[in-house]
This record gives sequence, structure tokens and C-alpha cells, in this order.
Amino acid sequence: MSKPNSSDRLYSKDHEWVQSQADGSAVVGITDYAQEMLTDIVFVELPDVGRVVAKGEAMAVVESVKSVSDVYAPLGGEIIDVNRALEDKPELINSDAFGEGWIAKIQPADPEEMAALLSAVDYDALIQQEKH
Amino acid sequence: MKKTPLYEKHVSLGARMIDFGGWLMPVQYTSLMDEHQAARQAAALFDICHMGEIRVTGPGAFDLLQYALTRDLAGQKNGQIKLSALLTDEGGIIDDLTVYKMGDETFLLVTNATTREADLSRVSALRDEKGFDCRIEDASDQTGKLDLQGPAAEAILQTLTDADLHNIRFYHFAETSVAGVPALVSRSGYTGEDGFELYAAADSTGRIWDALMKAGEPRGLKPAGLGARDTLRLEAGMLLNGQDITTSVCPMEVPYAWLVAWEKDFAGRPALDERKRRGIARQLVGFEMVGRGIARHGHPVLNGSREIGVVTSGTFSPTLQKAIGLAFLDSSSAAPATPLAVRIREHEIPAKIVPLPFYKRKK
Repeated sequence: MSKPNSSDRLYSKDHEWVQSQADGSAVVGITDYAQEMLTDIVFVELPDVGRVVAKGEAMAVVESVKSVSDVYAPLGGEIIDVNRALEDKPELINSDAFGEGWIAKIQPADPEEMAALLSAVDYDALIQQEKH
Repeated sequence: MKKTPLYEKHVSLGARMIDFGGWLMPVQYTSLMDEHQAARQAAALFDICHMGEIRVTGPGAFDLLQYALTRDLAGQKNGQIKLSALLTDEGGIIDDLTVYKMGDETFLLVTNATTREADLSRVSALRDEKGFDCRIEDASDQTGKLDLQGPAAEAILQTLTDADLHNIRFYHFAETSVAGVPALVSRSGYTGEDGFELYAAADSTGRIWDALMKAGEPRGLKPAGLGARDTLRLEAGMLLNGQDITTSVCPMEVPYAWLVAWEKDFAGRPALDERKRRGIARQLVGFEMVGRGIARHGHPVLNGSREIGVVTSGTFSPTLQKAIGLAFLDSSSAAPATPLAVRIREHEIPAKIVPLPFYKRKK
């Protein structure tokens, strides 16, 4: 069973989560549902700090033993930090997708883009649809 | 899409099902890693009912196979298995298959799932062309196959059969019964571990599966899917038909030169002689990643800025905890010390050639 999708953050249709920080930046990761679909994650390719990504652009890659999946930027902006711990411990995404398994921190170019993301309730509904 | 007799069991176990050559097969049940480790440390059970079984019988059966296959079958004893290659007239590998000698005029060919029809038509055409007096029957639909692999395999299977498994040596088999069902049991497999391949009537495969799971669970047996089967075989340096070998690949380009008996005539031999004369331009080698990244099928291999080959299989090895793979390299670049890089997305990641197999079990 996936961990619940908390209302303290927003979600994308591509199964990323976004949590706004007090300083205006946003932390991004993939959801617990996404890690469950991917199963044992063995490699994460992080974006370069300083790279500017557009909303929807592939910004990282998450690999399980069998599969290679892009992680899409749920917001446009500059990558200002990445979770280097994933280089040695990619499995942090499996064990704690919403916490220690975070992927990158983005300085949003256009904070309005947040409005297009899904609430936890809407994201729950999306997952239910995908399961059926 | 075709289903094996065990399809319902896989679904009820929560397996993820994928299309493998037209068959709906379990790729994993819970975790590929756990299933892989079960095979290395205890035991794993695989539904392999999708593979093909072709019976060749009659006074001309031996002569047909001795001509159709690259291996010399003259010394093969009843109860012995030989791995062999079936070639096109151009010397390309149609299939790497196993030959079970059941009797002087009775043989069972165990084929890959995706090559079953090609094997059948090739062997039949060679029989008709040369006039060998034998019958060729596709028994695949009536035959179920389970692979029980891992260090605990013998102890688990022994509780369900009267055959003395200790006496079945590697690449040998016995016709016996398992869980009260008539079955052929061979000590062989596709994981690099000790283990068995079991053949029985398709409609009794479920009974054997259930009995094995019941007897095996206390010993750590887990059902395992094609995902773990692929990582296990790659660690063991075994080739995957359709991926590492195709009909454009000849045995000398891959670690299958030993399957070719040059002292006999066989179908495809003139083309192989010609290829040998011209020189073998590429070699399949094992490599491991030195830098961070996992090479995958189709990634280019570089020496400096020069493209010298392509990855055929690549994965993260659960046992070795590093990225490994097989690649075709230009023969001039296949020396062990050649510095290599694999282009993964836009990055060039260092790699090095390593001897096969990547993993060898302790005896």
C-alpha cells in the first residue's frame, strides 16, 4: 500500500510532488505511488545545479533494475539544489519518497505554475483511475 | 495473447504480467531483488511453460539432429542433455536449444519461446531436404515446464520425488514423478545456480507448482518472474536469444564457438567456414561500468570518440551491486585492456571489459 498523499504539498499528473518552502523555492520528488510502480530503484541521474528547466521537461532519470524513467519538472525554474544522497543510496526513494528521497529544489520562474498542479485529493483520484 | 496453465496463479499472487513474445508472463511478483536473491541464496520457482518442446523420433532422428545442429551428438548418452545451435544457411543462429536424448531413436528439443516455430520449420525442412526417416512433433502445448533453481532446489524437490536426485548429474535427466505426476527432471537451468528444469503434462503443471511451493516455502522458496530470470542469467554470462543473439549472429562472434563441431558436416557449415576464412569482425564481451550509470540494450560503446560497438544486454547486478552488460565490439577493440565508454543518454560513462561469467557459484 502506498503512503498517503499529504495535503502539505501539490502533485503532477506524472507522479511528481512539489512542496513550497518558506523562501519561495520548491522541493520536488516522485510520489510513493510512483516508486511503488518502479520498484527497486538502483540508479538516479540528478540534474546539474544551475540548470534552468521548463515545466514538463525531463530533469532527472530514475532507474530500477529493469526500467528507465524520466522525472519531469513539475515547475519551470532554476535547479538550486539536488539530493546528492541519492547517488549512493537511490533506494531512499523507495523507503521515503516524500522525505529523504527528495530529488531537487527548484527556484520557480513563474509561481503561477503552481496553480496548475493537483491537490492531494485530486491526485488520489488520478491514481484510483490509473489502477482501474 | 497466450497464457500458460499457471496464469491464474500468477494473477492471484499479484504478479505484474508482461507480453513476452506473445505470452502473458509474470515479470515479477513482489520485488525483482528479492526474487533474484531467493535464487542465489535459497530457491526460486519459475513458470517456463512458454518455452517450446519438439519431439523427434524414428530411425532417422539421430541423423537429422546430427546434421541440423552444430554440436557433435555422437557421444551423447541416453539421459544426457547437450546445448547446441541451430543455424540458418548463412550461419546465423536461429536458436540455442537443448537436446534431451530419451532413447536411441527418441529426442526432445527444448527451444526458446520466441523461436519455437522457426526451429520447427527449419528442422522439418532439413528432414525433407535430406530425406531423414523420422517424425517431428511440436509437443509444446501439451507440455508444461517449471524451473526450480537455487542451492535449496535439490532438498525441496527430493521431498516430492522417488528419484535419487543426487545421482542426476549436471546436464543429465531422469523420467520419474514429482508430487505423484509423471515428470522429466533435469539438472540444468538458466541462472548459474544448481537447480532443475521440470517437464510434465501441461494440465498437471499446477499440481507440481503447488506442491513445490508448499514444500519449499519453509526453505525460502519464492516464485520468481522473468525480471529476475534475466538478471540471474546475465550475471551467469548466459545469452538471451533475440537480444544477444539473432539470426545475424554466428557462434564464433559470441561465447558459443564451443558449440561447433568442426569435424562433422552440419547445416550452415559452408557459410561458417566462409565467415571463419574472412575473419570474425566482432566479438561479444562482458563489461562492467566504472563510472556511474547503467548501460542498456542499444547503447553505443566508444573508444575515445570512435564508436566501436553496441550494448546487447545491460542491467544492475543485484548480486554484485554494480552495473554489468554484454556488448558487441569490433574484434580489434575487444582486448581486455581497451578503455571503453558507454554513451548513456548524452553522457559518456567509463566501462571496462571483464571476463565472463560475472558471477560463478561456489561449489
